[in-house]
Amino acid sequence: MQDEPSLSVMKPEHPPKHRKRIWRPRLLILLIPPIIWLSVFLFIPYVTLFINSFWKVDFGTIVHDFSFDNYKKFFTNPLYYGTFLKTLRIAAWVTFFSILLSYPLAYFIHFKIKKNKQLFYTLVIIPLWVSYLVRAYAWKIVLGQDGILNNFLLAIGIIHKPVEIFLYSPYAVILALTHIYTPWVLMSIYTSLEHIPRDVLEASKDLGAGRFRTFFHIVIPLSLPGVIAGATFAFVLTMGDFLAPQLLGGTSSMMVSNVVYSLFGVANNWPLGSTIGIVTLVVVLGILQLTHRLEKRTASFEDGTRGR
Amino acid sequence: MSRRFKPDWVHAGLTVTAVLVFAFIYLPMIVVVFYSFSENAVNSFPIQSWSTKWYGVLMHDRALLDSFQNSLIVAVAGTLIGLLLGIPAAFAVDRFQFPGKALFERIVLLPMILPGIITGVAMMSIFVLSGLHLSLVSILLGHGTFLIAIVMTQVYARLKRLNRSIEEASMDLGATRMKTFFLITLPNIRTAIIGASLLSFTLSLDEIAVSYFLTGRDLTLPVQIWAMLRRGITPEVNAISTIIFVFSVVMIVIVTRLSRDKSEA
Repeated sequence: MQDEPSLSVMKPEHPPKHRKRIWRPRLLILLIPPIIWLSVFLFIPYVTLFINSFWKVDFGTIVHDFSFDNYKKFFTNPLYYGTFLKTLRIAAWVTFFSILLSYPLAYFIHFKIKKNKQLFYTLVIIPLWVSYLVRAYAWKIVLGQDGILNNFLLAIGIIHKPVEIFLYSPYAVILALTHIYTPWVLMSIYTSLEHIPRDVLEASKDLGAGRFRTFFHIVIPLSLPGVIAGATFAFVLTMGDFLAPQLLGGTSSMMVSNVVYSLFGVANNWPLGSTIGIVTLVVVLGILQLTHRLEKRTASFEDGTRGR
Repeated sequence: MSRRFKPDWVHAGLTVTAVLVFAFIYLPMIVVVFYSFSENAVNSFPIQSWSTKWYGVLMHDRALLDSFQNSLIVAVAGTLIGLLLGIPAAFAVDRFQFPGKALFERIVLLPMILPGIITGVAMMSIFVLSGLHLSLVSILLGHGTFLIAIVMTQVYARLKRLNRSIEEASMDLGATRMKTFFLITLPNIRTAIIGASLLSFTLSLDEIAVSYFLTGRDLTLPVQIWAMLRRGITPEVNAISTIIFVFSVVMIVIVTRLSRDKSEA
């Protein structure tokens, strides 16, 4: 890690000459299969989705009649734009809570744990690998009518009969998704904390800053790229989630993906579903572009945060 | 020195918070594991009597076992597709400048970043519009597409850190390009490839958003579990979840081992 920065500074000035000798441009044929695959199974589907968003449905079949009607419908009907806004709100809450929970734990593991740091980090990361479904479903057991929470509250006498409000509310969805995405955000924050050079912290201390001052003026700004990357991840993934709302949320907490889901399913209106898909896609790409820039601007220690 | 006399509230607060967050991350999963050994069909609290009967039920659930087999087929084949197309792509991106490189890098990553439901409905649209039946093959094509991205990013990250001079040394000592690749480059990125394979395999086994839309008659395991969940809580799901949980833990232990010798290299 010590000699990496100097290497990266040198690179642009001395383009390695040997590289060309080893890897001839004709080896670019390596790229042909992936490009064909991605065009057929990625690019064409997205383009098809875009084109479909301009058609309409008549008596259950798609009519190829170009119009902006679906977009008009989306932006005027509160069922659609309202759900979209609600989704953004839920995603914002999930992002907020994920950062709130993961920052202290990441900080604790990195700065306070001396022995077995790697073990603790791994323990936190394990849930990332555990099936999404399992984790969403677990909350159903905790929050449900005969769930642990209800029984616990009954036992200590706070409530007198099981309540249903824990499950089937937007809160349940926010809770479960926060639980699911916290390890992702944590991983991202942890990585950026790791990249803060110890000397900078010591310098701050030597110059007389207390730990709060060091934290707010050094640690937070330098870990910002990690926070942004993790937040983007939590936000975007929440926006696309349709399983947790269906499993835990009930009808009042339908999110935009649930609408897409039903338009491509029982409601059988693919063009409108495509329109909402495209709007989501554009918003997600916009968010990614924005946070990408933010990350770059906040990355003072280039080497630590680049290349992701 | 004053620390010895007055308690460090900041440190204590941080420790308590960390422990609570840690509990928050793990508690729900521990709950599932416990309930998988409960004899009751209802997830009542506290657990009345213990048994392993749900694991027995699991072993005789034809639909569930079939879906597990389907998932394995898709995961293995999908990982192979990811490796076959992802490794060359990683090499090309690492070693060459070509027009549209930045665009290519971004497009490859799309299925990883974009909500699965969008990729799912987009792919379903072309399959259905071109008259192809949805089947395990369509699921496989969907999985292959995002696994290429997974493998590419994992291998690319390693290639970037690979010290190029060992390759040059090999060529200077007279080894051919092929020989250098197989004797020098490949062994150096071996753990990255194994790690990427395990990651791809696990992700494919767990994937549900894309699979859901590309599923025909044969379901994969998560889609099958999803169908069971929508019918209501079945204790069988606790048992299968526990198995998946244990499997995940084993996988991550292997992968961390592999990534550990990555940092030594």
